[in-house]
Amino acid sequence: MGFLGIGILSWVMWLPFVGSLILIFFPKNQKEQIKYFANFWSVVCLGVTLVPLLKFDKSLRGLQFIENYQWIPTIGAKYQLGVDGFSLIMIVLTSALGFLAILSSWSAIEDRLKEYYAFLLMLQTGMIGTFLAADMFLFYVFWEVMLVPMYFLIGIWGSERRLYSAIKFFLYTLLGSVVMLLAILKLYFIFPDLAASAPKTYFEAAKIMAEGNAPMMEMLTEAQRSGATFNIWAMQAIGSARLIPLGLQALLFGAFTIGFAVKIPMFPLHTWLPDAHTDAPTAGSVILAGVLLKMGTYGFLRFNLPILPDASQDPRIVGVIAPLAIIGIIYGALCAMAQKDMKRLVAYSSVSHLGFAVLGIFALNGHGVSGSIMHQINHGISTGALFLLVGVLYERRHTRLIEQYSGLAQQMPNYAVVFMIMLLSSIGLPLLNGFIGEFLILRGTLEANGYWAMFGGLGIVLGAAYMLWLYQRIFFGEVQNESNRTLKDLSVREWAYLLPLVVFAFAIGIYPKPILDYIQEPARIIVKQVKHDYFNRPALTDQKAESQVEEKK
Amino acid sequence: MLKVIVFAPLLGAAILGLFGNKMSERLIGLIACSSVGVSAIAAFVAFSKLLGVQPDSGGVRRISETLFTWISVGTFRADFGFVLDPLSGVMILFVTGVGFLIHMFATGYMSHDPGFWRFFAYMNLFMFMMLTLVLGDNFLMMFVGWEGVGLCSYLLIGYFFTLPSAGDAAKKAFVVNRIGDFGIALAMMLIFYKFGTISFIDKEGLVGVFTKAATMPVEALTFSSLWAGGLTTIAILLFIGATGKSAQIPLFVWLPDAMAGPTPVSALIHAATMVTAGVYMIVRSNAIYAKAPMALTIVAIVGALTAIFAATIGLSQWDIKKVLAYSTVSQLGYMFLACGAGAFTAGFFHVVTHAFFKALLFLGSGSVIHSMHHEQNMAHMGGLKKYLKITFATMGVGTLAISGFPLLSGFFSKDEILWKVKSSPILPSNLGLILWLIGLVTAAITAIYMTRMMVITFFGEERFRNNHGSHDGHHGDDHHDDHHSHGHGGDPHESPLVMTVPLMVLAVLSVVGGFVGIPEALAEKIVPHSLHDYTHSFYKFLDPILTPIAASPGNVTGALAQDHHAELMSTVYSTIVALLAIAIGFFLFRDKPLMTMPRLLEQKYYIDEIYDAFIVNPLKSISTTVLWKVVDVGIIDGIVNGLAKFVGFTSRLTREFQSGFTRSYAVFIFVGAVTVLGYFVGYLVFNALR
Repeated sequence: MGFLGIGILSWVMWLPFVGSLILIFFPKNQKEQIKYFANFWSVVCLGVTLVPLLKFDKSLRGLQFIENYQWIPTIGAKYQLGVDGFSLIMIVLTSALGFLAILSSWSAIEDRLKEYYAFLLMLQTGMIGTFLAADMFLFYVFWEVMLVPMYFLIGIWGSERRLYSAIKFFLYTLLGSVVMLLAILKLYFIFPDLAASAPKTYFEAAKIMAEGNAPMMEMLTEAQRSGATFNIWAMQAIGSARLIPLGLQALLFGAFTIGFAVKIPMFPLHTWLPDAHTDAPTAGSVILAGVLLKMGTYGFLRFNLPILPDASQDPRIVGVIAPLAIIGIIYGALCAMAQKDMKRLVAYSSVSHLGFAVLGIFALNGHGVSGSIMHQINHGISTGALFLLVGVLYERRHTRLIEQYSGLAQQMPNYAVVFMIMLLSSIGLPLLNGFIGEFLILRGTLEANGYWAMFGGLGIVLGAAYMLWLYQRIFFGEVQNESNRTLKDLSVREWAYLLPLVVFAFAIGIYPKPILDYIQEPARIIVKQVKHDYFNRPALTDQKAESQVEEKK
Repeated sequence: MLKVIVFAPLLGAAILGLFGNKMSERLIGLIACSSVGVSAIAAFVAFSKLLGVQPDSGGVRRISETLFTWISVGTFRADFGFVLDPLSGVMILFVTGVGFLIHMFATGYMSHDPGFWRFFAYMNLFMFMMLTLVLGDNFLMMFVGWEGVGLCSYLLIGYFFTLPSAGDAAKKAFVVNRIGDFGIALAMMLIFYKFGTISFIDKEGLVGVFTKAATMPVEALTFSSLWAGGLTTIAILLFIGATGKSAQIPLFVWLPDAMAGPTPVSALIHAATMVTAGVYMIVRSNAIYAKAPMALTIVAIVGALTAIFAATIGLSQWDIKKVLAYSTVSQLGYMFLACGAGAFTAGFFHVVTHAFFKALLFLGSGSVIHSMHHEQNMAHMGGLKKYLKITFATMGVGTLAISGFPLLSGFFSKDEILWKVKSSPILPSNLGLILWLIGLVTAAITAIYMTRMMVITFFGEERFRNNHGSHDGHHGDDHHDDHHSHGHGGDPHESPLVMTVPLMVLAVLSVVGGFVGIPEALAEKIVPHSLHDYTHSFYKFLDPILTPIAASPGNVTGALAQDHHAELMSTVYSTIVALLAIAIGFFLFRDKPLMTMPRLLEQKYYIDEIYDAFIVNPLKSISTTVLWKVVDVGIIDGIVNGLAKFVGFTSRLTREFQSGFTRSYAVFIFVGAVTVLGYFVGYLVFNALR
């Protein structure tokens, strides 16, 4: 489907970029108009994103709304787009947070407005492109392109140490992605031989992800025939057909992991994150936490697991990744407890949360993977909201130091309520969104390894500790600082960008089914690609439970 | 019907939360009380319906309602559903009933507080969560309520949030509870892993956890079964959760601090309902515990130790609410002791009677505090019986009930527990006897400290007259502006009817509440035969939901269970102990109300200080100094920045080479040529030599 001969996904992807081009033609001093236009345009972008969401067929496997054009024929790189339930939810999240980020900037940003909004919109195109690309080369281009606007957003509109943080962010990610590029090229070079040598297993593996989906099967067939391809799903086919030898898989796994682990970020590659978050403008932090970090986990689920399944379940490799994730959970939580800067605290809490997401992925079962995806979405909502909330205070007092505040529950009661709700969502209280993901992850992790669940779960306890301590210091007690006495409660515009997040936090927590419906099938396919027989095994029935008891006797 | 019970308070909370700040106190009180009232009426109707329901194949009467499927991923399914059976039936009756009385009391107690609406919004929300906890038809629903009541407890403890102590106490309560909740979360996962479901009951297409557990073999009474991943592990993980919510060793530390909340909160949440959730959960999961004797043994030991430990602390407290708080911890220990001995019904019976008399005592203390203008230190009271006649009389009844005075409610439940512990068929033989002895001593201490509290507060010299201005920090929780202040000089005045009526109702319940559960041996002696059906109805009613417990091999005391004579003798012992202890307490403290107490007890065995020194502070300082400043900023960033510096250094170095001077390039060429030549020469020489 499409409009004006252009596919719907291209619309979704390029529309923000078009907006940033239009912005260039605005006169510099028309600040109001620039703001109005940027907000209007991001609403339009969000609206267009909802089209594929509504038209999506949840019963179909694999990619939908596929667009497939020649791009660089000499090397076989193509302009291929497509969404499955997972990427679809991610682009909706991206557009939604993109809109809220722009709305939240209304009074926060006052200089170089034109460039600011143009960069935000450009960034959105980059992020959506990363999620939509079905071609590794295209994926890589967007992955890199994304860095540029983010770099400028931190470097120009950031706070005190913005240049240091921006460069740190840029170098860290660039280093990671260069290694990733090597892995992509290696896959590109080994693909023709492998695909030609065992067409039958190739197509069997292709069936797992595309059975009953004609356009996608066609894409995969074409890739196999031509040999020279960067198609991610074709790589998944040779990978999940176990055509890549384990040694090579391990190497590629390492290369991809470095690229993704920086982005997530996983311990010990995380130190760019607190700096980048702290110095980024509010909107930048929201996008960074809400979407950019998920690129890493997205990559794990798109590349590492399906393409390199043997490496992904090799105990020697998982035995490193999972402990790193657990260290991240606990380490991030403890560091969060130590912070004096609100934003830095939330940033470290992201390290902890994303550790959970990685742990869920490497539980390598349906619950763990669905839980991880769910957790990524929820983290986008709750942490995005927390950054927005910190931004609200920062705009009023121009400090993020916790010690500057106390007793705000009296001055800003509504703000205190919203903060409490998002905090509870972040620490996973049932009936709010955070709980669903955490629960499923723990559930999956326990199946994989009881000790992981035990240590990982410590993060839940610590999460409550650092968050409630933060809340107590900011909101409880008497107002100490005189300049806090005149603080105004939430304005209408602030309500406008916070309320949707509050509503979603409740909606997902109380009735997660609509979202689970989108992500269950992709999660199932990923698990199946890694462990072919996972769903064929008999479910844990009474007999098994009983036999276990008897064994023990 | 069940929906009405659960959602009526939520509706109240929503209305008050959204619009309450613009309402008058009268309207707020009306909405808050009527939402709980509707819930209570619905609970009574549902309960009477339950009595008319045909029992299912297992002999259990049950009404269940499913709203929708909440989480469904792969094989995992959790419904948003409620179930009413004898256990949840009894529980909702007293939760809504006592809840209603306390709401009513609170409209008087909290009047003129600026946060009146906020208070009742939280209270109604609490009722919603508590009823979800009780009525939920699977472990996850129960967990929703479990976390939810924890949240409300947090909000209400921190109600006077401008006081630092309230904020600290609230946070402590939540975090300590979280540790326990983590145990429950793990238990839930393990349950699903073992049983393939987390549903309490059999439903279309699935068999409930307990039905399956009932068919499993009993696990061994060994330490290794604790971490074998079987039913014993599940039971212990659940119990870890219970130690958090129900304030048992080692997680009890939050409950005494929780008294920073307004007194009706202490009565409702931290005495009558929420803190008994742990006991409810264990009784609910009795099918699992029945197969896990090791877990039961641990439950019993922890319960007994908590009981005596907290009782001794209660002996030496000066804050009237702190006395009651430690008393609650101690009584909860009793309940767990009963559960651990396999006497789930006896433990649960104590939950019910305790709800009556402890709510009564807390509300009574609230009435005292109210009339003393928010003075909580008993050292500044005395002689109040002259002024607060109703409060004194009703609290007196509560004290006698908790002390085990014959024929009051506490007498029957406590007596039954002690007897069941002594004659337990599952506890290792000598252990049962030891725990019984601990229980008996605890009963004595309980009677002593409760009498002490009454004597110091209501008898003797009127110490409040000469203590103005010397209030020493013990000034208590309820720091709201005293609009209706009469000045401290006037006589204390009895509280208004809206507060004393609940006291009277609860006093009546504390007296007669025990008659539905008179132990059989005793009933034979004192109750006419025609009434036996009623006097033992509590046990009969709950019997169907209990899984029979097989006696442990080698246990001899279990044989006692049938010996009615021995049971009567046990009753006689505990009666003598109770009466003696009341007398000791009365005469000891009547003459010396301000007697100094052992410092170790007054300081609560320094448990808080120990936790701070060994857990809290190390954690804080490690995170700040080691993890953040050393590892993150020092090591990792040090390496990163070092690398950057190294790159900068090398590039500067290479830049030096490109100086643009011909002479320096010539030098480079020369050096290069020499190196290459040297290499060739060396190669040739090397080969020639070989």
